[in-house]
Amino acid sequence: MLLNQFLLLAAVLFSVGVYGVIVRKNGVLVLMSVELILNAVNINLIAFSTFWGLSGQVFALFVIAVAAAEVGVGLAIVLLIYRNRRSVDIDQLDELKG
Amino acid sequence: MSAIFAAATTFDVPANVAFGILSVLMVVAAIRVVTTRNVVHAALWLVVVLGGNAVVYLILQAEFLAMTQLLVYIGAIVVLFLFGTMLTRAPLGESDDLDNSQRFLGAVVGVLLLGVIGYAVARTWGTDRLDFAAYELPPRVDGLVAASGNGRTQALANTIFSDYLIPFEVISVLLTGALVGAIVLARRD
Repeated sequence: MLLNQFLLLAAVLFSVGVYGVIVRKNGVLVLMSVELILNAVNINLIAFSTFWGLSGQVFALFVIAVAAAEVGVGLAIVLLIYRNRRSVDIDQLDELKG
Repeated sequence: MSAIFAAATTFDVPANVAFGILSVLMVVAAIRVVTTRNVVHAALWLVVVLGGNAVVYLILQAEFLAMTQLLVYIGAIVVLFLFGTMLTRAPLGESDDLDNSQRFLGAVVGVLLLGVIGYAVARTWGTDRLDFAAYELPPRVDGLVAASGNGRTQALANTIFSDYLIPFEVISVLLTGALVGAIVLARRD
C-alpha cells in the first residue's frame, strides 16, 4: 500500500472539515467539523508511524484525548451561549466586531 | 490463476480493496456531515466517518488505537454531540438555517486547500510504500518483550510509559482541567 493514499484521504477529510467550520452557523455543527479535522490529522500521524516508529501512535492517542477535552469544554460553551442568547447561531456573536 | 491467488494471500490486495471502498464511504459521509440540513443526521453521518477512521487504523495495523477510537469517539463524543443537540433545542428535522451565506467562498477555500495539500503530499511522498518495518523494531526498554505480532500494543504501552511519560501525565491534568471547566461553565448558578 502506498503512503500517499492515506495522506490524500486525510487531506480530503481535512478540507471538508475546514469547509464545515467556515460555512456552518450552528455551534454544535462547527464542533463536528472540528472533529473531522482532528480525525484527518490522526490518519496522517498513524500512517507516518509505520515509517518512524510508535511515536506517531502515541501522538494520535494524545490528539484523541485533547479532542475529548475540547468537545467537553466546547459543548459547555455552546450550552452557555444558548442559555444567554436563546440561540446557538455563532454568526450573531459579533460584539467584538468594531 | 495461481498468480492471482498468490497475490490475494498477501496483505496488499484485500487491504487495498477495503481501503478503496472505505475511503469513498468516508468522503461521502464527511461531505454529508457538512452539507446535511438535519443536525441529528449530521451526528449520525459523523459516526460513519469516525467508524471508517477506526477501520483505517486497523488497516494500518494500529489495533489499540482503533479500539480507542471506537470507545472514545463513537461511545462518548457522538453521544455528547447528541446531548448538545438536545440541550440547545436544535431544530429536529430539516432546517434551512444551518449554513451562513459564505457557501461559495467556503467551497473555494476547501478546494484550494485540498489542491495545495494534495500537490505537496503527492510531490513529497511519491510512491513510497508502507512497510510496517518501524513496528517490528524492539522497544528501547531493556528486558521487555520485543514488538512483533500481538506485542504491538505492548510496545505502544512501553513507548507511552518510557519516552512519553511526562506528556502523558500532562494530558491527564488537561483532562481533569477540562472536566472541571466544563462543569463550571455548564452549571446553573
